[in-house]
Amino acid sequence: MASQDAAPKLYAAQEPIFPKRVKGPFRNFKWALMIFTLGVYYITPWIRWDRGPSLPDQAVLVDLANRRFFFFWIEIWPHEFYFVAGLLIMAGLGLFLFTSALGRVWCGYACPQTVWTDLFYTVERWIEGDRNARLRLWKQKWDFRKWRLRVTKWIVWLLIAVATGGAWVFYFADAPTLLRDLLTGQAAFVAYATVGILTATTFIFGGFAREQICIYACPWPRIQAAMMDEHTITVAYRDWRGEPRGKGKKRREMAEAAIESSRLAGPTIRGTEPGATSAPEVEAPGDCIDCMACVNVCPMGIDIRDGQQMECITCALCIDACDEIMDKVGKPRGLIDYLALTDEANERAGNTKVPVMRHILRPRTLIYTALWSAIGVGLIVALFIRSEIDLTVAQVRNPQFVTLSDGSVRNTYDIRIRNMTAADATFRIGLTSDDVLRVDLEGSQDLMVEVPADETLLQRVYVIARPEDAASGRERTDFRFWVEEFGTEERAFGDTTFFGRGQQ
Amino acid sequence: MTDKPQHPEEQVLQEGDPDTTGHSWDGIKEFNNPLPRWWLWCFYLTIIWGVAYTVLYPAWPGISGATAGVLGYSTRAEVAEEIERFDALNADLRTELTEVELASVTRDDTPELYNFALQAGAATFTTWCSQCHGEGAAGVQAAGYPNLLDDDWLWGGSLEDIQMTIAHGIRNEDDPDARWSEMTAFEGILSDEEIAQVVNYAMALSDEDGDGVNASNHAYDTTLAGTGENVFLDNCAACHGDAGDGDRFLGAPNLTDAIWLYGGSAEAVEETVRHSRFGVMPAWSGRLSEAEVNATALYVHSLGGGE
Ligand code: SF4
Ligand code: SF4
Repeated sequence: MASQDAAPKLYAAQEPIFPKRVKGPFRNFKWALMIFTLGVYYITPWIRWDRGPSLPDQAVLVDLANRRFFFFWIEIWPHEFYFVAGLLIMAGLGLFLFTSALGRVWCGYACPQTVWTDLFYTVERWIEGDRNARLRLWKQKWDFRKWRLRVTKWIVWLLIAVATGGAWVFYFADAPTLLRDLLTGQAAFVAYATVGILTATTFIFGGFAREQICIYACPWPRIQAAMMDEHTITVAYRDWRGEPRGKGKKRREMAEAAIESSRLAGPTIRGTEPGATSAPEVEAPGDCIDCMACVNVCPMGIDIRDGQQMECITCALCIDACDEIMDKVGKPRGLIDYLALTDEANERAGNTKVPVMRHILRPRTLIYTALWSAIGVGLIVALFIRSEIDLTVAQVRNPQFVTLSDGSVRNTYDIRIRNMTAADATFRIGLTSDDVLRVDLEGSQDLMVEVPADETLLQRVYVIARPEDAASGRERTDFRFWVEEFGTEERAFGDTTFFGRGQQ
Repeated sequence: MTDKPQHPEEQVLQEGDPDTTGHSWDGIKEFNNPLPRWWLWCFYLTIIWGVAYTVLYPAWPGISGATAGVLGYSTRAEVAEEIERFDALNADLRTELTEVELASVTRDDTPELYNFALQAGAATFTTWCSQCHGEGAAGVQAAGYPNLLDDDWLWGGSLEDIQMTIAHGIRNEDDPDARWSEMTAFEGILSDEEIAQVVNYAMALSDEDGDGVNASNHAYDTTLAGTGENVFLDNCAACHGDAGDGDRFLGAPNLTDAIWLYGGSAEAVEETVRHSRFGVMPAWSGRLSEAEVNATALYVHSLGGGE
């Protein structure tokens, strides 16, 4: 065991990160995606959709009270939950697919934590200025100006957070009504609680915890490694081009000292610190001018030149930053770039670049795509072939059968008829069987039942085999129930079994 | 040169290096990557939360119960309150159930009352009646607990009849309105041969086509049955009727159908003839409220056999 004279600190204060503003194609893409995703999130509950008088006219609505899920023209009932399960599986597989092809793109661009943090950073920049101003403010004493800026920032954050929590509850109730109820203090407690919790999490996670959530709280960084391999495209620094780095006077001296350049043997894509190599002084300086632009813009506060790191969310802001520098110093872009690990050896050997598509199209991604599409196609097919009436049959097995006074055998079933159409409908109940079985409904003279629009009816049904029917003596007889919608002749079926006396 | 820490793989670590915890196993040293401080605070917070929780809510088990907690929270009290609240909500329906004519409670005309009655009746049945009649109301034949699902009723299967039976019971000495019937035990009165004849005759009553197997699927002796008619007319017809189709007023079962309260085999019928049997049912009117009795009558009636 080592000596304990320098007792290690087990906990560290959070080091604040002040990412600098950056411009470039990836940043623009991120803006576009942010506007799109936030727009979808905030606006969707307000889209109206006319479904007729008895149904809600909100386009996307999770109606927990009535256990319905409305999505534009689609209406999902609880027994069709496999649609939701299927979509979740597709979301999972989609994430696998994108991660295996492009690394943590989800984290960098679409993850809510990233999107809201980005939004909060934008607000922070508007109010407190860019990196240097914020750094200064952070170090400065708490005077009036600091309080004013801080409080303004927090208020704007809080407004965003409230809107975020608020938007969530609108998915679960009629949005205009709920908004009015929320404002007049008449909404359900659960609505306020949800808004409160989501406001708090948005405010804390987006405003204060930021990259800490990605590093310490989110399980995804740990899982994603299983989906990535050396062909996965991630953000990386071309250290074979950039090193040895240097700036200003040092750089000039380095260039002068470099009479003959001797390339380092086998540096890795992880990056090589100049100090750790054997003969850097005689080398011509690399393209990296050590301006720290890439480090300053990084929302995760890391130096990508150290190599691939767990913290990196592949947001590519460092690419934008470095490309701008490369343009200024007249060097080709792409010192930091989207690369695959396999590119390094290839590029060092001076071969032509492997096309991006070749990295992306490999068995792993193709299999993910195939699975993903198969489920998608399956769900679409299921959506089109599902009928608007549905029937489930539950046999009452206590007792299995009853003997009636004339010697007939009677079985009892609970039939659930779902009328998923928007109109009241009358159904006729019957059964198909090779044996002569008779049907009888509890509480109804004929074999007709009425099911209101968009509702379920539970009907107790008796099936009787007369003594002379074979089914009364047989142990079990399979048959099927059907319900037929009066008028449309559309039928739904349910298979079940008739229990007879058995051979005695 | 930067003064940033180098990449771990390339770093040569010294003992006690500030970036390691100082722990080393087989030359493998443990890096110190400290957690953020807020994480630690969250941890402390969970401890405080945990302790506070056990103080505020019932938690620590003792010998005759647990600590009550300073908030005085009790799930039992909460449940009792809930039950009371729902009871109050149903008070109107319950009153209605005692005033209304039972036959007028139907799914189509009074759906709310009908549903309430069926649910309440089912609950009452499960609590009080299922011990004898079974959870599914199929009865226990060997013990003579009647099946309530079939269409054979000793005392009548109309709503009023069922309600009457539930309220006052059967052969129940404490209630003057209880239904009462008695069958003579014929052992000693009839000879063994006569008993055998009448047993087979009774079984034959429900054999329409005369092939020696009756409606309840029991085989009997056709020759013995042929000689049993006189014995039956002399001794049994007074209650069971000349045709053997029973008398509900007397509680005499119909012998021509396929249903036997105590079983339809020759042994079971003989046992009944020799020793007679008396099923007893308690009167429920004292124990259950009028609404509960009515609800149970409606429920039993709805089981498929109600007349
Ligand atoms: S290193 Fe670059 S890609 Fe990675 S998180 Fe930082 S800025 Fe984004
Ligand atoms: S931005 Fe580019 S040039 Fe500047 S330090 Fe980063 S890698 Fe080097």
